[in-house]
Amino acid sequence: MISIHGLEKTYAINDHSIRAVDDLTLDIEAGEIFGVIGYSGAGKSTFVRLLNRLEEPTAGSIMIDGKDMMQLNTKRLREARQDIGMIFQHFNLLWSRTTEQNIAFPLEIARMPKKERQARVKELIKLVGLEGREKAYPSQLSGGQKQRVGIARALANNPKLLLCDEATSALDPETTHSILDLLVDINKKLGLTIVLITHEMNVIRKICHRVAVMEEGKVVETGNVYHVFREPQHEVTKRFIGEVLEDGEDDETLEDVLREVDRVGKVARLRFQGTATNDALISNIAKKFSIEVNILQGKITKTTYGTVGTLVIQLIGDRREIDDVLSYIKDADVVVEVVRDDT
Amino acid sequence: MTLDFSELKMDQLIEATNETFYMTTISLVGTFVFGLLLGLLLYLTDKEGIWENKIINFIIATFVNVFRAIPFIILILLLFPVTRVLVGTIRGPEAALPALILAAAPFYGRLVEIALKEVDKGVVEAAKAMGSSTARIIFRVLLPESMPALVSGLTVTAISLIGYTAMAGAIGAGGLGSYAYYTGFQRKIFEIVLVCSVLIVIIVFIFQFIGDFISKKIDKR
Repeated sequence: MISIHGLEKTYAINDHSIRAVDDLTLDIEAGEIFGVIGYSGAGKSTFVRLLNRLEEPTAGSIMIDGKDMMQLNTKRLREARQDIGMIFQHFNLLWSRTTEQNIAFPLEIARMPKKERQARVKELIKLVGLEGREKAYPSQLSGGQKQRVGIARALANNPKLLLCDEATSALDPETTHSILDLLVDINKKLGLTIVLITHEMNVIRKICHRVAVMEEGKVVETGNVYHVFREPQHEVTKRFIGEVLEDGEDDETLEDVLREVDRVGKVARLRFQGTATNDALISNIAKKFSIEVNILQGKITKTTYGTVGTLVIQLIGDRREIDDVLSYIKDADVVVEVVRDDT
Repeated sequence: MTLDFSELKMDQLIEATNETFYMTTISLVGTFVFGLLLGLLLYLTDKEGIWENKIINFIIATFVNVFRAIPFIILILLLFPVTRVLVGTIRGPEAALPALILAAAPFYGRLVEIALKEVDKGVVEAAKAMGSSTARIIFRVLLPESMPALVSGLTVTAISLIGYTAMAGAIGAGGLGSYAYYTGFQRKIFEIVLVCSVLIVIIVFIFQFIGDFISKKIDKR
């Protein structure tokens, strides 16, 4: 769908130049939700604007859906942009237009006749769940509703690609959740490719299939979300994942926890790597074995590919049965490490 | 002191009021068109504007600054030769129009520029991302989004224009200014000056009221 090669953007500020995007090469497949994460100033916002040439690249090539974006003249570029939807952190709606007029705007640009336009707007309003708010002005809408208008507007001309620039960063967690659900929904329903820029690992974890981590204009790590979560290679990636899992303090707090636990049975640390049975694992153990299971500590998070994280449990009961339990857990594709043995 | 309105001729007063309205309205239309043009050009050719162009921006800015700097009464005198060519005379309401427009348009142009700068850059960016042409960005985004400020700016300009028409009247353009000066002041009929003042204040209030009303009505922020 998107093939980027050697993409570069340099700004001249006073006498020195700043390289916002530096020799970036990336392939994004059709139908996937591709996340780009980085701290502010990493160049991710510039990167997404290079894709539809809101910013002119200094060097490199961008192929989108078979079109060489760099070769397009002004007119062709405008046409190409009509096939690329974009949503923004601050929604960027026209305050002088109602919900339906805002959604109709890109259709006016594409010169769709009025009758068809009205029908299409109705469809879109239904798609994003804004029925009843057609005549409302942006100032009368909540943040989440505004972003829904933004999404409907971005989808109006049936684009194959949707660019999201920090689309949930101005929203509260609950609204963020509902907007992300909507994005997943349209990704599935319309087979839309989504490129999503964010500084929140939670957003990546919840909906992205693949992720690229950016720092100082470069992609420092890329891969499918589950693998990146399980085996982060780069320092920046580890920091982002740490924000979600609060890793790092693990051993220290584990010692604190162990100090307060009676010295019986075995304490084991389970490392979840994304198998589907994780949810029921503990309750299955409790059902199948006559053993007491205490959960001591857990840092678990869900990704699009399954559960990732650690769980510390204490197993109290017959020694042999405890070993059975441990091998049962291993069979469920969970890495087990006995941290303390008091049997 | 008692007021004696016997010298006040109703038909003359009505004619003068009509002339003031005429000069204000026509010059306001001209000011709106030229001011909008100047303001748009200032905005579009400015740094990071859609038509960023230092030279054109400098030329327009200089033009605007020069004509805003010249006091109106001097501007009329300065424009006499041009007016004579354009209008064919230097007396009467029509003759005042070029000077009125040339004085007010740069002023309004600056107000337009300020109004356009207030438009959220993100909205312009969104329109670009949708594949909008520059003409559509101007007419579908920039102007509608800045409309309340454009209207209130036009109201302020209209009120200055009413003042200018009175000044132009004093050197032969007709209207209430002329009536107050020639018929009232020079013949020492104070009542005429008073009545003209009251009428001008009423006209100003009418424009202010209409402007505020429209501006409020279209502001959906």
